[in-house]
Amino acid sequence: MTAPLVECERVGFAYASGAAGTFAIRDLSLEVRPGETFGVIGPNASGKTTLVRLLSKVLAPSSGRIRLDGVDVAGLSGAQVARQVAVVPQDVPRGFPHTVEELVLMGRYPRAPRRFFESPEDRTAAERAMEATGVLPLRLTLLDRLSGGERQRVMLARALAQEPRLLVLDEPTAHLDLRYQAECAGLLRRLGRETGLTIVLVSHDLSFAAELCDRLLLMAGGAAVRVGPPEAVIDEAVLESAYGCRVLVDKHPISRRPTVHLVYPTS
Amino acid sequence: MTGSSSASGGRLAVLLIGLGLVVALVALGALFLGSARVPPGDVLAVLTGRVKGVDQVVVLSLRLPRILAALLAGGALAVAGAGFQALTRNPLAEPSVLGVSSGAAFGVIVAQVFGLGGGLVEAVGIAACAFAGALVAGVAVYVIASRGGGLPVHTLLLAGVIVGIFFSSAITVLISVLDFDRLGGVVHWLLGNLGPIAPASLAVFAALTAVGLWLVVGQARPLNLLALGEESAQQLGVDAERLKRRVFAGAALLTSAVVAFVGPIGFVGLIVPQVIRMLVGPDNRVVIPAAVLGGGAFLLLADTLARNVVAPAELSVGVITAFCGAPFFIYLLRSRAPQAGL
Repeated sequence: MTAPLVECERVGFAYASGAAGTFAIRDLSLEVRPGETFGVIGPNASGKTTLVRLLSKVLAPSSGRIRLDGVDVAGLSGAQVARQVAVVPQDVPRGFPHTVEELVLMGRYPRAPRRFFESPEDRTAAERAMEATGVLPLRLTLLDRLSGGERQRVMLARALAQEPRLLVLDEPTAHLDLRYQAECAGLLRRLGRETGLTIVLVSHDLSFAAELCDRLLLMAGGAAVRVGPPEAVIDEAVLESAYGCRVLVDKHPISRRPTVHLVYPTS
Repeated sequence: MTGSSSASGGRLAVLLIGLGLVVALVALGALFLGSARVPPGDVLAVLTGRVKGVDQVVVLSLRLPRILAALLAGGALAVAGAGFQALTRNPLAEPSVLGVSSGAAFGVIVAQVFGLGGGLVEAVGIAACAFAGALVAGVAVYVIASRGGGLPVHTLLLAGVIVGIFFSSAITVLISVLDFDRLGGVVHWLLGNLGPIAPASLAVFAALTAVGLWLVVGQARPLNLLALGEESAQQLGVDAERLKRRVFAGAALLTSAVVAFVGPIGFVGLIVPQVIRMLVGPDNRVVIPAAVLGGGAFLLLADTLARNVVAPAELSVGVITAFCGAPFFIYLLRSRAPQAGL
C-alpha cells in the first residue's frame, strides 16, 4: 500500500477568541492516500473549514501534527505548502478589478515568490489550467463580470495553476445551480482520473460528496464520527445522530451511490 | 500569444518611458518658469555654467532643489497611497485621509517644540519624530477600524478622519504655545510647502524616500494577492503578517519623510495611483513603480502652478492638490467603491 499524502495525527485546534476549553477540532486523525478523492462532511460548526485552514497552513494546529508526504507541515514555509496544497475557497475574493488571467497567474506565486513578473513557464501553466477548466476564452474578462459558475471555474483554474498534489475544495457547489453542479462534478472526476490529483472535498451536499468521493469523513463537534467508503458513512442512524434530524438514505438509480433525502417534519 | 505578465512587463516599460518624458518636460518647464524673470537663454547659460550671479542662485539654488524635492515628495506620496490602498483593500485610503500625515505633522511640531532646527542631524531627528507620529496614527486608525478581521471601508475612512482631527487639534495646541514669530512659517508648512530646501536636507530626504520605496515597491506582487483577502493570500504562501508590517512601515516612512521636509501635502496618494489604475488596470507591479514617476510629475506640475498663478506671491502646493483631490475623492466614493465590493 502506498504511503499517505496527508496524515493528520491527533490534531487539535482552538481559536483564540473561543471560550476556554472549546476546540474547533479535537483529536482528529486521518489519512488521505495519493490519487483518492476524500470527502469531508458534517453539520455547521463541525470544524470542516478549520480543517481546510489547517491543511493549507493558514492555521497551525494547537496539538498533534499534520504531515504532507511524510514531512511535518510545521517545518515548511507558506510557499512550500502552497506548492503542494491548493485551496479553492468557498467565495471568490473581491477586491480590485483583475482579469481572469491575472487572477489565475496569481496561483503561480508560490512557485517563485521572489520573482517580480511571471516567467514564460508560469504563463504556460496558467494557460493549461484555464484550458482544463474551460475558462481560456474568458482570460481577459474582468472578475466582476463573471457568473457564479464561471467564477468557481476560475478559482479552480487558479488552484490548478499552482500545480499542487492536493486540491482542497471548500463547498464547491454552495453557490451553483444544478447545471453548474453537474459541470463541477464532471470536471472534478476528470481531474481525478486524468491527472491523478488527490482531492479533499468539503461539502454540505451529502449526495454530491457520496457521488464523487472514494471515502468520506463525517465530522461533528470538531471530531471524526466515522471514516470510510460512502456506503459505510452515509447511514441513516449515523447521520441522524450527527445532524440531529431525520434522513432517508437511498441509492442513486444510475450510479448506485448512496443519496440522502431529508425527512421534512410534517407539522 | 501574449500572456498578461509579459504584457505587464511591456506595459510597465512603456508607461515608465512615457512618464519619464513627462517628468523631463515638466521639470524643464519648472526650471524656466518663475516669479523671478530669468530669460530662457540665461537659464541655459546657467545650466552650462557660463553665467554666475543672481540668475545662478535662482536657477541652481532655488528652482533646481525645489524641482528635486517635488519629484521626491510626489513619488513618495503616490507610492505611500498605493501601499495603503493595497493594505486596506480600499482605493480611498491615502496618507492624509487615513490621518497618518497629521500624525507625522504632530511629530514634527513636537520635535520643533523641543528645539530641533535646521541642521543635518536635527533633520534626521525631526524625520524620526514624524515617523513615530505616523506609526502611532496609523496603528490607532487600524485598531479603531478593524472589526472581526476586516476593515470596513466607511469605518476606516471615519477612523482616519477622527485620528486626523485629533492630531490637528493637538498641533493647534502646540502652535498656540509656540513662539509667535514662527507661526507664519509653521502655517505655511502645514499646508504643504516646497520652499527652499538645503542640499543636506534634500540628501536626507532622498535617502529616507529610497528606503521607503525599497520597502514597498518590491512587494508589489504579494500585494496583488493580499488585495484579494488575507486568507486567500496565505493559502498562496504569502506571509501576510510580515508583508503588512513591511508595507505599512514603508508607507509610513514615505509619508513622514514628506511631512518632515515639505509638509503634509494631501491627495497625491489618492489621485495618482487611481489615475494609473484607470489607465492600465490594478496590477500593483505596474501601478506602484509608475506611481514613483507619476506622483513626481503631478506634484511638480502642481508646485509650478502654485509658484506662478499668483506671482510674485505664492500658493501652498497643498492647496492645489487639495483642490484637485477633493472632487476626485467624491467621484471615487460615489462610483468606484461600491463596484469594488468594498
